[in-house]
Amino acid sequence: MTLEGRLVLALLEGAVTGCILALTALGLSMVFGVMRIVNVAHGEFFMLGAVSAWYITSTTSSFGLALVAAPIFVAGVAALVNWVILRPIRYEPQATIVATIGLLYILQQLVLSIYGPYARTVSPPFYIRIDFPWFGYSGYKLAVAGLAAALLWATWRVVSATTLGLYMRATQQDQEIAQAFGVPVHRIFGVAFSLGAALAGLAGALIIPTQPAHYLMGLDALLASFTVVIVGGLGSLGGTVAAAFLIGLSDGIVSVFFSPTLARIVSTALVALVLVVKSGGLFGAESA
Amino acid sequence: MRGDHRSAIVAIHAALIAALVCLQVVVPPFHHMLLARIMVLAAYAIGYNLLLGYTGLMSLGHAMFFAAGMYGAGLPLFYLGVGAPEALLLGIAASLVLAVVIGALTLRTSGASFLIVTLMFAQVFYLSTLYFNRITLGDQGFVLAGHLPPISLGALRVTLSEPVVRYNLALATFAVCLGISLWLVGSPIGRVLVAIRENEDRTRMLGYNTFAYKLLALTISAAIAGFSGSVYAVITSYVGASFAAILYSIYPLVWTLLGGSGTALGPFVGTAVMTYTIETASRFTSSYLIVVGVILVALVMRFPSGIVGALRQRWVPWLP
Repeated sequence: MTLEGRLVLALLEGAVTGCILALTALGLSMVFGVMRIVNVAHGEFFMLGAVSAWYITSTTSSFGLALVAAPIFVAGVAALVNWVILRPIRYEPQATIVATIGLLYILQQLVLSIYGPYARTVSPPFYIRIDFPWFGYSGYKLAVAGLAAALLWATWRVVSATTLGLYMRATQQDQEIAQAFGVPVHRIFGVAFSLGAALAGLAGALIIPTQPAHYLMGLDALLASFTVVIVGGLGSLGGTVAAAFLIGLSDGIVSVFFSPTLARIVSTALVALVLVVKSGGLFGAESA
Repeated sequence: MRGDHRSAIVAIHAALIAALVCLQVVVPPFHHMLLARIMVLAAYAIGYNLLLGYTGLMSLGHAMFFAAGMYGAGLPLFYLGVGAPEALLLGIAASLVLAVVIGALTLRTSGASFLIVTLMFAQVFYLSTLYFNRITLGDQGFVLAGHLPPISLGALRVTLSEPVVRYNLALATFAVCLGISLWLVGSPIGRVLVAIRENEDRTRMLGYNTFAYKLLALTISAAIAGFSGSVYAVITSYVGASFAAILYSIYPLVWTLLGGSGTALGPFVGTAVMTYTIETASRFTSSYLIVVGVILVALVMRFPSGIVGALRQRWVPWLP
């Protein structure tokens, strides 16, 4: 393949990765912004979305149904977690981190017991080959990118133009004053947590035609989301999306041209340094 | 530490060490080895507790320091054929140097950011152990058996593969780390660390350089982690990348919280209870990590002060 060909492939792969990453990280960013907690189990919601989408597709043979039902299932699990664990510990930051680490292992091992240690994939709902001058590219991947972009836009509309979004932004800015003005802060917490989980679950469901579902896939998703959220600025939704594309594209380019492990070492170290130098992230406010 | 209980405190800790000295004669071989491992890992937890329990900094990257000790001792043993005492010192030195560099960087952040940054640096270290697999042999790791020359103590020749030697090396490691921790916590430095945990701004206002104290706490904590990592490599005679993975950052957190963070004996109690629980659970189920998860969730919900912490609250308020 020629140099332009590889470059186009790298950019395409990067854009698709960026879309999925944005969808996953947006949930984490939203939960951090609104609730001021770090959800270490966020990657497991991504994994749960992928695994449940595989299960629904293989029992009903409808991938479309899986795309609707898997996020709803994940949101349900998140609502349960919020009700049983997070609310009783009053969203205390350090306790929440410990509890969500515990949740990470519980979800991971439950999936291992029920679903098994397999890596399973489903066939994409349609096969369309889009021909470029250098190579043919999967139409499904491009459709995923389009759908993810539409969902990001929808989420942005919800946050910026609905009463729910207004309440979320109010809670994010000042919890106590929001409460004083009659915002049901704890209900907003529950909604934000479920919505964040649903976004991760949907991202997980969308990728299984291209990447198999596996019970250990959550940790990579978590670390990638951390990376994106840090670069984008903790709690800033616009920054999260911008950072996801930046990281998706650079990951695509480096993986096509260099070794993937080396790429991850370098990018992880760079991102950690970003947070050290600028604690609010590249696009975020200075204090986070 | 309150003066009138000083002798009681010394007596309790001396009694624990004495009990561990005596236990080695009576326990069967399986528990003999398990106890040796528990003592070394408890030393790791003691180091972690200095940071989390007494300074109030939650790190998710301590596996990096544990593994730095392990590789720092293991690689020279394996490739250069140095003696075991030198290897242990090299292991400690490796994590000490790493701690000063990483600490100076990560301590510029606080709270959730500190947690994420330590996690990411540890991930870089873990990925590097995989990337340089021609040297570290990656996930597979390497076995030190045959690379541990006997140590001559005067006329005495000590072979490290003997269970008695392993047990007492582990015991000595544990005792030294417990001693360092007790001394540090009782010293004026330890009081400043607790002040930072309670209110960092106020401590800074009192004129203390809180950054320097936090860096000191992190460095001591990491050096202890490296010490236990290098001893662990010697007594199990194995070094592998899995010890640098995130699970080994989460373990000391679990052990410390289970035993009681901010208590001197908590890390040992937590490590012992947890290791025996996992050992028992893994006989019935392969997914024993669910035990780790359930214990973590139960701890923060029902039992936030841990086992020794609860004892201190109810009956013995003078426990350090």
